[in-house]
Amino acid sequence: MNSHYYSTRTHDVAEAGNETAANELASLVEVRQDDRRSLPSDPKPIMECEGVDVFYDDFRAVTDVSLGFGYNEITALIGPSGCGKSTLLRSLNRMNDLILGARVEGAVTFHGQSIYAKDVDPIEVRRRIGMVFQKPNPFPKSIYDNVAYGPRVTGAKVSDMDDLVEEALTRSALWDEVKDKLKQSALGLSGGQQQRLCIARTIAIRPEVILMDEPCSALDPIATSRIEDLMVELVKDYSIIIVTHNMQQAARVADRTAFFTALADEGTGDRTGLLVEYDLTAKIFSTPADERTENYISGRFG
Amino acid sequence: MSSTIASEGSSTRTTPQGVEPGSYEKDPAGFLRKRRGRYGERAAMAVLIGAAGLSVLVTVGIFFALLLPALEFFREIGVVEFLTGQRWAPSFSDSSFGILPLVTGTLWTTLIGLLIAVPFGLGAAIYLAEYAPERLRRVLKPVLEVLAGIPSVVYGYFALFFVAPTILNDLLSVDVGTFSVLAAGLVLGIMIIPTVASLSEDAMSAVPRSLREASLALGANRMRTTLRVVFPAAVSGITASIVLAGSRAVGETMIVALAAGTRAQMVSNPTDAGQTMTGYIAQTATGESSPGTLTYNTLFAVGLLLFVVTLLLNVVAGSIVRKIREAY
Ligand SMILES: Nc1ncnc2c1ncn2[C@@H]1O[C@H](COP(=O)(O)OP(=O)(O)O)[C@@H](O)[C@H]1O
Ligand SMILES: [Mg+2]
Repeated sequence: MNSHYYSTRTHDVAEAGNETAANELASLVEVRQDDRRSLPSDPKPIMECEGVDVFYDDFRAVTDVSLGFGYNEITALIGPSGCGKSTLLRSLNRMNDLILGARVEGAVTFHGQSIYAKDVDPIEVRRRIGMVFQKPNPFPKSIYDNVAYGPRVTGAKVSDMDDLVEEALTRSALWDEVKDKLKQSALGLSGGQQQRLCIARTIAIRPEVILMDEPCSALDPIATSRIEDLMVELVKDYSIIIVTHNMQQAARVADRTAFFTALADEGTGDRTGLLVEYDLTAKIFSTPADERTENYISGRFG
Repeated sequence: MSSTIASEGSSTRTTPQGVEPGSYEKDPAGFLRKRRGRYGERAAMAVLIGAAGLSVLVTVGIFFALLLPALEFFREIGVVEFLTGQRWAPSFSDSSFGILPLVTGTLWTTLIGLLIAVPFGLGAAIYLAEYAPERLRRVLKPVLEVLAGIPSVVYGYFALFFVAPTILNDLLSVDVGTFSVLAAGLVLGIMIIPTVASLSEDAMSAVPRSLREASLALGANRMRTTLRVVFPAAVSGITASIVLAGSRAVGETMIVALAAGTRAQMVSNPTDAGQTMTGYIAQTATGESSPGTLTYNTLFAVGLLLFVVTLLLNVVAGSIVRKIREAY
């Protein structure tokens, strides 16, 4: 077990004892603890949502979400499938622009500036707010060209591309595995390696925020654990927002966790995503304020 | 947990589902054995093999049908003389069988055609695949395919009566006569635009959306995404579309027969008239030349050359594609 993970209580103890609900919850997950996790109760935000609604045509997928994403923190978005986590995440770097009929209302700010303001270039937004997708999607190019792609297309002034590629691959804990085959196709890598390559590719454009949409859902447990270690490493320099359906994962890596749920709209009957509770991960997984959070975390929620 | 493999006749052996107890006793392994009599599948297989075999047979058949009279031809006229001679006058009294004039005619019309069809066809494909709203695309794509179905004789008259006199002479003040490889090539190009556009669009649309998203999320704009990700990933389909369009241009007959003229001469200028290989065949294959005559065999020699050129085009394109494509 890695040293920065610990279990507040093992299952057996929890079952044997006469426990409070809080301890029971805590026993289900290992909450990451390390020295720098003495966080303020409110994040110092690099990005903020204020009253954000996201629509697909007339369908409101996300309703009235307000929260701040902490600078150099990992924020996890959890909740049942279909509650709008991916939709919200994609609205944070304007990937929703690519979907016909998708529309964002409310304010999404980055360093206090609205990313949906009229004169904002979505390309610049995406260059600063990178994204890693659910299914690894390396280009059918060489490993080297995958990493160099971003700097090349954004016209970044790079004095030495070889150095930059090496640095990005090193930071994504992939360098040792691929340094002898940089010219080979990225499609020859394993799923876990491909996902780390996608992270390297994102790092290579030096974004400030990295969005990850269930980055481990297509990976085996060992590859998952490597990516989780990597996130904990990267958060020293980046702010990370991760969607995950895996609560253990949220507990293991996230500093703060936002729990979403889908509620049926009273008028139309459409299910729309709502933010139920947002707090420090340790708090969410031990003493959640909302009963729905507690039910979901303890598995009582369908 | 213990798991033992039941030995022969052991009472712990259970009966597999759906097997008659009686038949199971007689033949315990029978339920796992291949079942005979899947005639439907075999028949379907036979039909498919037949279809594949037939197309190979037809190609080989055409090749030999061309080859035999062509060999007759080469018994009288040397291959080198045929391939390098600069005078094509098979029916003159001082006859000459140098095919280069026809080759230059075909080269000019084909190259002019591709010069038109590749940029416009690829432009249309990029627009349709990457930029056009879904609804517009659903309308435009079938229109394009209808364009490909217009009979080439219509295009031929269009070249002869409209493009040469009105567009080239009057509008653009290009000095062409009634017949020119320029007018023929331009219209040939228009005719094969849909081939390039439609097949390239298919190839580009087949590139997974996830690759486009990856590129855009890295701060690339749409054009860069198209040129650096979609294009390389679709290059085999795009090349195939250009080769197919090129083959159609080389093999197209009506347009060149009508608009390029029948003077077999070395074409050095696009405003010249000129005869193509197909144009010669169309002009000469009138039924008057009887089998066994030199004129008859000449047709087949030209036909064989066309066949070989088209084949080479495909082979070369195939090897280029294998080198540069980025398979996803
Ligand atoms: N491109 C789209 N067009 C229309 N509706 C969509 C689209 N993508 C997602 N939705 C809908 O939005 C809701 C939220 O989806 P999503 O954000 O993918 O949820 P999650 O990631 O939490 O599982 C769902 O009801 C889904 O059907
Ligand atoms: Mg999702």
